[in-house]
Amino acid sequence: MLKRYNINRDILTLSMILVIAPFFFQNDFYYEIAIVSLLNALICIGLNMLMGYAGQVSLGHGAFAGLGGYIAVILGSKYGITPLFSIFIAVVTMSLFAFIISKPILRLKGHYLAMATLGIGIIISIVLNVEDELTGGSDGMSVDSFTIFGYEFVDSLQWYILCSFLLVFTIWMFSNLIDSPFGRVLRSIEGSEKAANSVGINVSHYKSIVFVISVVIATIAGSLYAFFSGFISPGEASFSHSIELVVMVVLGGLGRIYGAIIGAVILTILPQLLTSFEDYQTLIYGSIIIFVMIFMPKGIASVYEDVKGRLFASNK
Amino acid sequence: MLQINSVTKQFGGIKAVDDFTCRVKKGHIHSIIGPNGAGKTTLVNMITGVYKVDSGTIFLDGADITNISTDKLVYRGVCRTFQNLEICENLTVLENVLLGFDKYMDKGLLKSCFRAKSILDDEKRYIDRAKHLLGLIGLEDLADKKAENLSYGILKKLEIVRALGTSPELILLDEPVAGLNPKETQEVSDLIRTVVADEVTIILVEHDMKMVMQVSDYITVMNFGKKLAEGTPDEIVNNQDVIRAYLGSGVVC
Repeated sequence: MLKRYNINRDILTLSMILVIAPFFFQNDFYYEIAIVSLLNALICIGLNMLMGYAGQVSLGHGAFAGLGGYIAVILGSKYGITPLFSIFIAVVTMSLFAFIISKPILRLKGHYLAMATLGIGIIISIVLNVEDELTGGSDGMSVDSFTIFGYEFVDSLQWYILCSFLLVFTIWMFSNLIDSPFGRVLRSIEGSEKAANSVGINVSHYKSIVFVISVVIATIAGSLYAFFSGFISPGEASFSHSIELVVMVVLGGLGRIYGAIIGAVILTILPQLLTSFEDYQTLIYGSIIIFVMIFMPKGIASVYEDVKGRLFASNK
Repeated sequence: MLQINSVTKQFGGIKAVDDFTCRVKKGHIHSIIGPNGAGKTTLVNMITGVYKVDSGTIFLDGADITNISTDKLVYRGVCRTFQNLEICENLTVLENVLLGFDKYMDKGLLKSCFRAKSILDDEKRYIDRAKHLLGLIGLEDLADKKAENLSYGILKKLEIVRALGTSPELILLDEPVAGLNPKETQEVSDLIRTVVADEVTIILVEHDMKMVMQVSDYITVMNFGKKLAEGTPDEIVNNQDVIRAYLGSGVVC
């Protein structure tokens, strides 16, 4: 049965980790990694809703995040719109864009859907590279500082707090959504589209909604990343970033609320930890991912849930 | 209640259903039987809008429902089950039944994100009703089990109960006892007769003759996409055409 206020053990744990973590940050670089992890986690929550709950693969979310970021940045730098409002316009634009492309592409299934999102992602990436008058081309462009109602974000700690709040809030909303009748519809689509259809669910309508939600979250995270780093380049919208996001979701655990966060954090930190291996960095990075997928095919979060299940079994 | 007027469906050069006309009376359990490939499932798929009808019309209580999609038909009181089990194995038993009540539930996006009261009230109300339905097939105890852990026979019943959640006036059962053992078959026919038949009209597509003869009020026999015969179970058993084409000589039901 649903509870009125869904403040559970997992959300408290996450909040606690986010509060404690800065005490171990020795310099700005740690903050930077943490903030990138949080923003990636944000995108992955949306992507997980699409892939893990509604069962639709997207290889274009890096590009959507990048394009959203560009829209927000260009509105700010060329038209002098305040950051918050330009992000808002970017969200509206991107959700319209997502809604329009969702109609034809979400009719596709499996590999074909992956191909279609891949194609759109690559087109976005090419456009951002070529339209250099607007986007600065492959050199990218610098971004003005981020302000909310005149309050300027300069310090890494400010960014860290902003992103943490955003993540906890999103997770809270997301877990509410997944447990609600709306979420049940999404899960039923993953289970059996025919069954969902037979009880009166307009499957393609829900697929579109989830697609739009995931693109909106990607846009917000992508814009924030641009404002945080003070710079945006087509690299944000590249194919490899899209793939990276998918790997985060799968590695963390498809269809597991916290899987996306775990995957995002680990895959953002891992390359930094492995820099000392120099030439072998990519080899080790790849091997770790392969081993995780062999021994934890349902993702890292599944292990956490098993452990939690055993620890708290007696409480229930 | 349901009126099918000379519908035709062609796949390539083959007429799967050919100029088929049939009337289903309100409150009846109307069976459609016929040899494999006779076009029974195609007919069900046409009624439920999965396939577009090439020609002909389908009327429900006087309203044209030709080529209306499955999900919209649910709102008009038509629901179906599937020949090949379609259960969401990633959901629990209770959630699968709750899915049946989906059309009544509030699914506003923001309300869901913030757990509005209407969402919670709906959930509570329909959990009670879903549990009541589960009680009909004796599954209350398994409510929180994942559907993937249950046997085929139980899931077949679950599918029927899920369809009942949509409170249909007409329900189409496509081979509800295919692959079940005699005991399970008996349970399903009991379910169909006692629970379902009181409130709804049923179109039953089935191969199990014993069961069909037991539960049906009226039977239509199809062969090669055409109507071969129709009548009460007694009439069908004694119909020479049917015996020749389908039951074979010397079979007693």
